[in-house]
Amino acid sequence: MSETAPQTGSPPPENMLSAAAKRLWEWVLPFAVVIALWQFASLFFPRFLFPSLIDVFWRCLEIFADGSMFKDVMVTIYRILAGLAGSFVIGAALALLMVRSRAVDKFLSPILTLFQGIPALSWVVFAIIWFHGVEFRILFIMVLTTLPAFTFQVLGALRGMSRDLMEMVFSFRPSRAKLFRVMIAPAILPDILTAWKVNLGNASRVVVVAELVGATGGVGYQLLLQQQLFDMAGALAWTLQLVFFVLIVQGSLTLIENVAFRYRAVSERAI
Amino acid sequence: MNGDATPDEAAIHLADVSKVFGKIGTDAAFRAVDGLNLDVRPGQMLALLGKTGCGKSTIFNMIAGLTAPSSGSVRVDGRDPFAEFDSFRGKMAIVFQNDRLLPWRTAIQNVELGLEMLEIPAAERRATAQQWLTKLGLGGHENDYPHALSGGMRQRVSIARAFATNANILLCDEPFSALDESTAGRLRAEFVRLVKENGKTAVFITHSISEALEIGDRIVVLKRPAMIAYDVRFDTSTGPEEREDIRSRIVEVLAV
Ligand SMILES: Nc1ncnc2c1ncn2[C@@H]1O[C@H](COP(=O)(O)OP(=O)(O)O)[C@@H](O)[C@H]1O
Ligand SMILES: [Mg+2]
Repeated sequence: MSETAPQTGSPPPENMLSAAAKRLWEWVLPFAVVIALWQFASLFFPRFLFPSLIDVFWRCLEIFADGSMFKDVMVTIYRILAGLAGSFVIGAALALLMVRSRAVDKFLSPILTLFQGIPALSWVVFAIIWFHGVEFRILFIMVLTTLPAFTFQVLGALRGMSRDLMEMVFSFRPSRAKLFRVMIAPAILPDILTAWKVNLGNASRVVVVAELVGATGGVGYQLLLQQQLFDMAGALAWTLQLVFFVLIVQGSLTLIENVAFRYRAVSERAI
Repeated sequence: MNGDATPDEAAIHLADVSKVFGKIGTDAAFRAVDGLNLDVRPGQMLALLGKTGCGKSTIFNMIAGLTAPSSGSVRVDGRDPFAEFDSFRGKMAIVFQNDRLLPWRTAIQNVELGLEMLEIPAAERRATAQQWLTKLGLGGHENDYPHALSGGMRQRVSIARAFATNANILLCDEPFSALDESTAGRLRAEFVRLVKENGKTAVFITHSISEALEIGDRIVVLKRPAMIAYDVRFDTSTGPEEREDIRSRIVEVLAV
């Protein structure tokens, strides 16, 4: 239903301009609708329920401009990335063990599935009871809540590799390192990037819960403060910090995908 | 009856080789190759001919070291290709039925693949790959990704990839069977020329009698489960009538 120009050939410049404008509009429209609805509501409801987005905008700027508040944002981002990095490394290692051995797979799969059913808040309770350091508790929660998904995603990517291509590469007798560099890494990269995108969204939702373990900084801590102050504009402004972060990182990952996966054939007909 | 080479001098030596899929002794067991004896001497071009499903690819995989025989012994250059897998690096090259190009690599990068395993410096790798692509008529397509090439061009790239490593033994599993007849014919002629020019030992698997006659110095006809039904040698001096005789004999053997 969308009428984007075909990928091959170079369309005239004015065509490209209008295509770009159209894409921008398509991107902005959903946000504009949400913003307009909220702003409309703010005309009829008290400030503490639906504050004007202009207030929220100034609060956002304040967070950006104020060094100590922006530090809270950075601390939370760091916690998200550290947790994801940890769970990716562990998950990839587990997935490798699982593809190599059926026994390991049979043993680990149920455990990971079980973990998937445990709510983030339960991990918060466990972490508080088991551990002391705040940062360690948060890392623990972040890793355990994202680990099962990461492991299963990497496992799926490894299992999905083409057996034909694998055999072809094997026929050249690669060393282990070469096999990984030449075949495994490029074959699973698309799925890995998708996994990062998905888990990034999950992690940014879990992190504010994880920060309830007694953190005295970070977006979760700030949200708790806003709740105590009954400050809706503040709560929104802090929430938006994480939303922006997720949007920026996902946008960058999409850019990487567009460049790294140029080799893929594009069909002009969508599914 | 199986040859003109002793095991020691044969490039490829199969002695009483069987391959059973599934657990031996159960109903699920399937005997794909049964007591096969075969010697290929260095420099020979052998066409292995047989109907689909007769076990050609299974034999191929055993020679390539990708599968182990259930019993019997497989030797390539006097060594076990499955057990001593890594020792054949750069010694054996394979052309598969489908091109099996890495989709994330350009044509020239695909040709360089085998050379990378041999730790050849990048500049030399590039030059060799370029030379083989040009030889196979793909000059100008070096930087195309596989999806932008036609089936015939892709198979040319995979032939270039096999020749680029300069391996002495070439194994081909029905490499042209997915191509249209005129493309296949042209590539076949080129392939035979390259093998002869470079003095390779080649095992060429096919289900087409005409292809076997065009390729081989020798044709081995297989019947299911892979056993030799007919083994014939000929050369460029073999006249057309003789070739016709060979053809009708093969047809006869396959029909039984
Ligand atoms: N991995 C396998 N497991 C079970 N049976 C197999 C396997 N590979 C091949 N076979 C069987 O062995 C027979 C020979 O197969 P193959 O060597 O591929 O034949 P060809 O290449 O001559 O067409 C076929 O009947 C096939 O079903
Ligand atoms: Mg086959």
